[in-house]
Amino acid sequence: MYKETILKKFEPRLDNILYILHELQDNNEQHYVSKEDLKLCADYLSVPYSFVHGVATFYTMFSLTPRGRNIIRLCDSPPCHLMGSGSLLDYLKNKLKIDVGETTKDGVFTLELTSCLGVCGVAPALMMNNATIGKLTPEKVDAILEERRKSL
Amino acid sequence: MNMVRNHVLISIDANTIIAGARAVEDALIKEIARQGLSQEIVVLETGSVGIEDQGVVLVVYPEGIYYTNITPAEVPELVEEHLLKGRVVHRLMLKETPKRFVITKEKTGLMKEQPRIVLKNCGFINPESIDEAIAADGYQAAAKALSSMKPDEIIAEVKHAGLTGRGGAAFPTGLKWEFASKVDNPVKYIVCNADEGEPGTFKDRLILEGDPHKLIESMIIGGYATGATKGFVYIRGEYELSIERLEKAIADARSYGLLGTNIFDSGFDFDITVMKGAGAYVCGEETALIESIEGKRGHPRNKPPYPITAGLWGKPTIVNNVETLSNIPEIILKGAENFKKYGTEKCSGTKVYTILGHVATPGLIETEMGTTLRDIIFEYGGGIKDGKRFKCALVGGAAGAFLGPDMLDVKMDFVNLREYAAALGSGAILVMDEDTDIVDMLKSVLHFFKHESCGHCVPCRLGTARLVELIDRIAASKGTSKDVEGLTRISETMKDTSFCPLGQSLILPVSSSLKYFKDEILARVQ
Ligand SMILES: Cc1cc2nc3c(=O)[nH]c(=O)nc-3n(C[C@H](O)[C@H](O)[C@H](O)COP(=O)(O)O)c2cc1C
Ligand code: FES
Repeated sequence: MYKETILKKFEPRLDNILYILHELQDNNEQHYVSKEDLKLCADYLSVPYSFVHGVATFYTMFSLTPRGRNIIRLCDSPPCHLMGSGSLLDYLKNKLKIDVGETTKDGVFTLELTSCLGVCGVAPALMMNNATIGKLTPEKVDAILEERRKSL
Repeated sequence: MNMVRNHVLISIDANTIIAGARAVEDALIKEIARQGLSQEIVVLETGSVGIEDQGVVLVVYPEGIYYTNITPAEVPELVEEHLLKGRVVHRLMLKETPKRFVITKEKTGLMKEQPRIVLKNCGFINPESIDEAIAADGYQAAAKALSSMKPDEIIAEVKHAGLTGRGGAAFPTGLKWEFASKVDNPVKYIVCNADEGEPGTFKDRLILEGDPHKLIESMIIGGYATGATKGFVYIRGEYELSIERLEKAIADARSYGLLGTNIFDSGFDFDITVMKGAGAYVCGEETALIESIEGKRGHPRNKPPYPITAGLWGKPTIVNNVETLSNIPEIILKGAENFKKYGTEKCSGTKVYTILGHVATPGLIETEMGTTLRDIIFEYGGGIKDGKRFKCALVGGAAGAFLGPDMLDVKMDFVNLREYAAALGSGAILVMDEDTDIVDMLKSVLHFFKHESCGHCVPCRLGTARLVELIDRIAASKGTSKDVEGLTRISETMKDTSFCPLGQSLILPVSSSLKYFKDEILARVQ
């Protein structure tokens, strides 16, 4: 089973916990860390389940609930905000008909907000899965969504 | 041997990849081959050249011509006109050349108008090639330090140079190293803080993407000087390219014997591990970062003990910022006196800034400490976008202060700004034009803090929530003047009672926005 292969890549030391959680989430089809994953991680590192749960909920890159196939993380920190991320958020919400933290009915997109992504030179910016995209406009957002839908 | 006539540098970083730099690079190589120029023209990948929002950027040397917004469609024309016939394609050239792009053709590749210490090689070398790093003086300082200097000589040099921490707190680096070196413990660690979560800051990312070997070299020197034999670089999880490049650089350094055992035959052993964060601003705080490396929730620790006595796994740990460390090789190679030629009396050296917001050319610059805000915005940033007027700048990130027109001519360094109740912080300069709604910006700042408060201490957890309630009410024109007073009262209480600097620093944006724009804010309430 792939999960065991992931665990085996790392020595069972606590300082590997973030790496393990990252990999479990990246390899999960629903892009989240499931209860089962938390349990596996806890057993592997010999720490209580509650501890792993505590760590996983602390960091914003981990989700404990299932997400869509594509995760949109729109930056809403001050520099992106200044360059118009607020209206883009409204645009995305309208277009996808979901609120922040929700997933579209067809399971294609999840919309999240994030703090500064460190690409503010091309603000406003978002991350689509692992790719950072800047200088956003409604037209560009349309194109990105379209491209993702096509690649299904 | 063939004579290389031109070098074409293509900037490959997170931004230009977004803009399609890989496709342009492929097209360029093909077209050069098609024109039979492959022997004379070399295409080189490099990190950011400091231009942030102009698509794919090429620089042609020796002329030093910048081409921006290049797509594969323009490549044939560029190759034929410039590289074959030697005629510059004005249509594609960077329109206005702000001061920071003016470079001399010296072999050193030093920018004329920008003293370059930290960014010396960024945008000039291929960051994925250790040979190029070495050809650009890489690892020379480490060689000098390890083979001809004693640890306390290195520390004395760094102290004398007056280098202070560039992560925000401006603590003297030499002093930190000296304390750490005096702690008697066989196991010590040196940690590089590359968490970079301060909104508006991306200098550490560009340093890592542009010249990862400089950081490795600096950490070797720091380890040798303080007695640490193991280094960690904690990089935020979103910085995929930085992580990739640094990991490659570390592997290459190992294979060249620059990391590992008995480096430069000095008997000194040192190695570096990269740690990937997972999204938490507070993890940039050094003790929270240490908790995070240990695999825990990133809550800040009680101080004292400070990390230099009991840090990672209870061992003495030196935590330094990426930019701070990247100054070290220059200090070792050229000496403290040379370093002190740059900057102000109290703050020597340079500072790397990110200029963004309503400026004509957002981007990355390195300039002497003491440069004024006016110079940064109008000389380096090309002035305010669309000919509008300057309103204010948020300097130092979200945990910084709004500075109005009266601050334009103040010399900016860590010490001087403190006297004006401001902070240089991470060096992010967010410029706002006359049409900016200050309430809306303050709202964004406060929402940021509410989201990033780690919940460890009550004043910060509840204080940020209350502040957001107040500003939301004010922004919706439903507030009263009492709510405006509440902003100051709560952030002052947080300053006095919060556990870590996260909660303590909200007073800066709150009080500075009220200082300049009280009327504008009051106009929004009943
Ligand atoms: C909330 C908070 C966030 C911080 N974020 C960073 C950061 O992203 N990068 C950094 O180098 N220092 C950051 N710092 C400062 C570090 O605690 C520490 O002072 C610094 O890494 C020391 O390195 P230096 O002496 O080289 O500046 C932060 C501090 C606080 C309180
Ligand atoms: S503020 Fe959005 S990327 Fe930095």
